[in-house]
Amino acid sequence: MQRIGVFVCWCGSNIAGPVDVERVAEAMKSVPGVVHSTTYQYMCSEVGQSRIMEAIKEHQLTGVVVCSCSPRMHENTFRKTAQRAGLNPYMVEIANIREQCSWIHKDKEVGTQKAIVLAKAAVAKVMLNTPLQAGTSPVIKRALVIGGGIAGIQTALDIADAGYEVDIVEKSPTIGGRMAQLDKTFPTLDCSACILTPKMVDAAQNEKIDIISYAQVEKVSGFVGNFTVTIRKKARFVDELKCTGCGACMEKCPSKKGKNEFNMGLNNRTAIYIPFAQAIPNVAVIDPEQCLKLKTGKCGLCERVCSAGAINYKQEDEVFERQYGAIVAATGFKPIDLDAFDEYGYSQSKDVVTSLEFERIMNAAGPTGGQLVRPSDGKHPHEIVFIQCVGSRDTSGCGKPYCSKICCMYTAKHAMLVRDKYPDVNVHVFYIDVRTPGKNFDEFYRRAVEQYGVDYIKGMVGKVFPEGDKLIVQGSDLINGKQLALQADMVVLAAAIEPDPSARKLATMLTASMDTNDFFTEAHPKLRPVESPTAGVFLSGVCQGPKDIPETVAQAGAAASKVIGLLAKDHLVTNPCVAQSNELLCNGCSQCERVCPYGAISYVEKEIRGPGVREVRRVAQVNPAVCQGCGACTVTCPSGAMDLQGFSNLQIMAEVDAICK
Amino acid sequence: MQVRQDWKPKIVAFCCNWCSYAGADLAGSSRRSYPADVKIIRVPCSCRVNPLFILRAFQRGADGVIICGCHPGDCHYTSGNYYARRRMTLLFKMLEYLGIEKGRTRVEWVSAAEGAKFSSVMNDFVQTVTALGENVKLEDLRCKEPLN
Ligand SMILES: Cc1cc2nc3c(=O)[nH]c(=O)nc-3n(C[C@H](O)[C@H](O)[C@H](O)COP(=O)(O)OP(=O)(O)OC[C@H]3O[C@@H](n4cnc5c(N)ncnc54)[C@H](O)[C@@H]3O)c2cc1C
Ligand code: SF4
Ligand code: SF4
Ligand code: FES
Repeated sequence: MQRIGVFVCWCGSNIAGPVDVERVAEAMKSVPGVVHSTTYQYMCSEVGQSRIMEAIKEHQLTGVVVCSCSPRMHENTFRKTAQRAGLNPYMVEIANIREQCSWIHKDKEVGTQKAIVLAKAAVAKVMLNTPLQAGTSPVIKRALVIGGGIAGIQTALDIADAGYEVDIVEKSPTIGGRMAQLDKTFPTLDCSACILTPKMVDAAQNEKIDIISYAQVEKVSGFVGNFTVTIRKKARFVDELKCTGCGACMEKCPSKKGKNEFNMGLNNRTAIYIPFAQAIPNVAVIDPEQCLKLKTGKCGLCERVCSAGAINYKQEDEVFERQYGAIVAATGFKPIDLDAFDEYGYSQSKDVVTSLEFERIMNAAGPTGGQLVRPSDGKHPHEIVFIQCVGSRDTSGCGKPYCSKICCMYTAKHAMLVRDKYPDVNVHVFYIDVRTPGKNFDEFYRRAVEQYGVDYIKGMVGKVFPEGDKLIVQGSDLINGKQLALQADMVVLAAAIEPDPSARKLATMLTASMDTNDFFTEAHPKLRPVESPTAGVFLSGVCQGPKDIPETVAQAGAAASKVIGLLAKDHLVTNPCVAQSNELLCNGCSQCERVCPYGAISYVEKEIRGPGVREVRRVAQVNPAVCQGCGACTVTCPSGAMDLQGFSNLQIMAEVDAICK
Repeated sequence: MQVRQDWKPKIVAFCCNWCSYAGADLAGSSRRSYPADVKIIRVPCSCRVNPLFILRAFQRGADGVIICGCHPGDCHYTSGNYYARRRMTLLFKMLEYLGIEKGRTRVEWVSAAEGAKFSSVMNDFVQTVTALGENVKLEDLRCKEPLN
């Protein structure tokens, strides 16, 4: 039998003014189950709390109702009070008679009557409370960062700086991401490699960081603090520990027709290659699709020239498992394919290039050694047209509905760099809007217009087509109300960016959610911007939404600090108000699993023994470390098997009954 | 049916802990009053509200039931309020079919910053339910206190 104590707080005159607290306490004495009912001026004060503790002991209370301010204010205080008196902290309920009563009802009779009803509802609930234990789960003090662009590198460096081990799994043969491909960076025009490569080296030399390149995540299981991840490291056919990165193999390799991914396919590379001079790890890799030895068995030149003996044609993929406490997604982006935008002539002329290709053309380490020349004939261009928003802000269904955010700024950068280096080249930019909301961004754009004389044309381009060795750009000039047909030598398309295509599969493995554009979604769009809704999974960089480098780095640091906060704990205290399925009732239908936003529910085959049953059945099981206690599953369950501790069906119905009496 | 002179509606308000319950707290602390007929039950999320709770309330003599949650897109658990919205749309249709007028059930999104909205929503709801009068459909008469 429950023995409930009711404690009505005056809150000075806050409650005791408009509510007759003595009458409330008196009324509660006749409620079945209540063995003690009293008032005090300030229940939350030390004295008030000790009165509760004394009463718990003296009357051997099994449950406590405090009629006071909102539970959002002092629920925790009174739970601790109960705990100090030896009562389970979850045997406490609060009747909110301040915010919901004394503060809004002027009529003392009305307020007092309502307070009594609220108190009765709380008693009805607490009668059904069960002692709950906040569980703990250990935290594995190692983090995994998926993706080694600037986002992943920065997150890993920050985590390592705090003293924790961190692995970077990067799918390509080198870390660096898109930033490694850029020439200069807005808004300061410092060279991208000069600021990125030292960070890459820092990451490589940091003994807390393990870079697992040319690898992918295959499977993720577990939960916050305790993930198990299966990683596949693809065969490079080169021993990473032996290769010195000398490049002798690349000079001798006869298979030279591979598309150079790093240069966006603008030139070719050999079958054995190092992606770029400052690649990390600085180790060669053999493209098995292109290697003569691997395809035909004939060749083997690189093995002969490698003085380190690093070549190993028999190398196989390595698959291994590792344990992590936290996981960060930093999978970045790629420019969209332009197949759906053939009006811009990308497939018809080599001189129509994307902005990322243009970065490579302008880059001193790029395919043209930094000389601005036309890809088709190597001639110096005189007229260049830039087209912004190619596939961005496009609601027609061909492109992306969102703004890619970085294109206005990098187009201004490209225009300015061209005019700076080649004052003889005329530069035109077609734009819908120019968006420059960043520190020093608008100044940067204005410099392009005012100081460098870039011709900005507000309007859309309808068509680009080759004519002779020129490109004709047909578009409208909205400000002057004119149709234009410009003759250009080169056209640069600011293609929209989209999340890396591998991200969706990864999101499924991580049970992290994505929006309709495949960007990872954050746990809360305003207040938890670097956490995914899945506990222990964090987000860094463009995989969460378009960003420039400063924003990426800021977010990377924020994600790292969240990871550090998690890894600093030895144990996680779990919220005991979680769902629980009654195995006798569960029929294994999977409805609950589908609605759970956190992937907290899994299934086990279990021998079920109950009245009249004895069989092996598939039943739902909630992982209390992952469940956040929303209750979605409890309502979905057609068998009534799922219930939420602390807010059980019976408890809520008891409240309903008490209120409707 | 005999209607009591001093009749006041019984209204159950389910409020999610993160937004609407906090909105009700703000209504309180900014002294935005609403009728005492409204009694709040705190739930973690609007998606915790089982249609059965609403049926139970009507059976026990409630005259109106309102469910309040975070604005779409703002649910603390990201998607709970979408589930609630779908479930309640269906349930309310069925209740209407059973004779529980539309005005007696409602879903509202009230954020933690919307104390004034909380109180105006409750004022409006109580008015609507009062105009509809006492609810008799679905009521389990065994639960009723005898008239005297
Ligand atoms: C043309 C152009 C010019 C730009 N110019 C500027 C500029 O001047 N200034 C500026 O501030 N910003 C600029 N940006 C933006 C800048 O490139 C990005 O902000 C930055 O690269 C984002 O870094 P990230 O690490 O999030 O993504 P990324 O650089 O895309 O890195 C992601 C990494 O993750 C890896 N990866 C992806 N999927 C997986 C997987 N499943 N498993 C393992 N690894 C994976 C990728 O291989 C890659 O290495 C420009 C962008 C473009 C397109
Ligand atoms: S209560 Fe919510 S978080 Fe927990 S298992 Fe059910 S749906 Fe998932
Ligand atoms: S919805 Fe209910 S019956 Fe179905 S699997 Fe989940 S707990 Fe079991
Ligand atoms: S937490 Fe408010 S509706 Fe889900």
